[in-house]
Amino acid sequence: METLLSIIFIYIFVENFVLHRFFGICPFLGVSRKMETAIGMSMAVIFVMTMATLVTWLLYTFVLIPFNLGYLQIVTFILVIASLVQLVETVLRKISPTLYQGLGIFLPLITTNCAVLAVTLLAVRLEFAFIESIVFALAASVGFSLALIIMAGIRERLEMANMPDVLQGSAVTLITAGILSIAFLGFQGMLSL
Amino acid sequence: MIFIYAIAALGLIGLLFGLGLATAAKVFHVETDPRVEEVNDLLPGANCGACGYPGCMKFAEAVVKGEVGPDDCIPGGEEVSREIASLLGKETSSSSTPPLATVFCIGDIYRTTDSFIYDGVKDCAIDASFYDGHKACSYGCLGWGNCVRVCPFDAIRMGSHGLPVVDPEKCTGCELCAKECPRDLIKMLPRGDEGYLALCTSQDRGKTVSKACEVGCIACKACVKVCPVDAIEMDGKLAVIDLEKCTDCGDCEEKCPPGTIHRRTAIPTEEEARAAAEQKEKETA
Repeated sequence: METLLSIIFIYIFVENFVLHRFFGICPFLGVSRKMETAIGMSMAVIFVMTMATLVTWLLYTFVLIPFNLGYLQIVTFILVIASLVQLVETVLRKISPTLYQGLGIFLPLITTNCAVLAVTLLAVRLEFAFIESIVFALAASVGFSLALIIMAGIRERLEMANMPDVLQGSAVTLITAGILSIAFLGFQGMLSL
Repeated sequence: MIFIYAIAALGLIGLLFGLGLATAAKVFHVETDPRVEEVNDLLPGANCGACGYPGCMKFAEAVVKGEVGPDDCIPGGEEVSREIASLLGKETSSSSTPPLATVFCIGDIYRTTDSFIYDGVKDCAIDASFYDGHKACSYGCLGWGNCVRVCPFDAIRMGSHGLPVVDPEKCTGCELCAKECPRDLIKMLPRGDEGYLALCTSQDRGKTVSKACEVGCIACKACVKVCPVDAIEMDGKLAVIDLEKCTDCGDCEEKCPPGTIHRRTAIPTEEEARAAAEQKEKETA
């Protein structure tokens, strides 16, 4: 139980996927313009990361390792994530059109998100047990969402601010991301596994 | 050996996933009406929301279901509604041309006074909420261009004289700008060249108006008296011309002391506004 709690804390705050490990910078900068899209993306990421880790962990432990195919993990994991996202999309469209509409274009967008691949790879590299992997994926995705939503909140306010011409657009966004990352440095060393 | 082993393993996994996806696609197949897609292709695709639906796709679904008529897409106009109608075998109820957005303020930056220097966010609604806006006239255009930003068709631009300029060819009558303007200065008018308009919305007393703006309606009622067909009425302290009654004679424009009234085709342009300002500067000098 204690390990699980520390995994949650560490991967939301201390080793935040976006702000500490710099995974998933593309959606972090791309969809953080509006709070609405940021929340949509966050939900999709939480969903897909957890599902992907669940499947890849099982595949790795019960297929790749027994057959000595550990070196194929990156390729197979990409394969798993891509088809999983596709599968989830098809199923959602039938079962819950509302959720499908809500996640919208974010679902297929995640297929090529490096943060998702990173979570699945790290889960096996850090030698987490099954439950730990799931919790780890959940925490990592919540950390991703936290960074994304904070960023969206800041950018919505920046939109209204008087800004020198040179800073407008991506310049100030990158500076903000940097400062945010420095702020999260404050959690450094608070807790480790 | 290891090479073949890896290829075989990966191929097998890929095949399994492929089969899984194929079955899922069959099992969870969703029937969609192909006509929705076809109607959607006909629509302007601006997702402006003027029809009351959150986007063109939703409108297309509603049309196919029969919830709304094909001519409820205002920006699409006659042409689009006819095409949709022929696709779905329905009839259009009217063949109207879309209305045109018209700005009811000619108080450009040269001929109005400011009550203070506004240095805040460049947004009309925020400016307006701050001590009634930086302009001395609390009804006039603030010129930060909220209407320009909201227009999905690029039909409005901010002129150098500090007033929005509508391009009649691009305007589709979607009313988004009229809804956006915090001072309700943009009105949708039926298209046409004839008729005169009193381009002001100020309900202030004449004295207050003339202090703030050289071209605002001062409620002198000269136009009401001169109009031969009684097309002009006073709405409080503002002259309003009824376009349906107006016979396009132009007497009111001649009589109007501040020059608020203009023919619809002769709304002052940027150049005219600047020229008028320079002319006046010469006179005072």
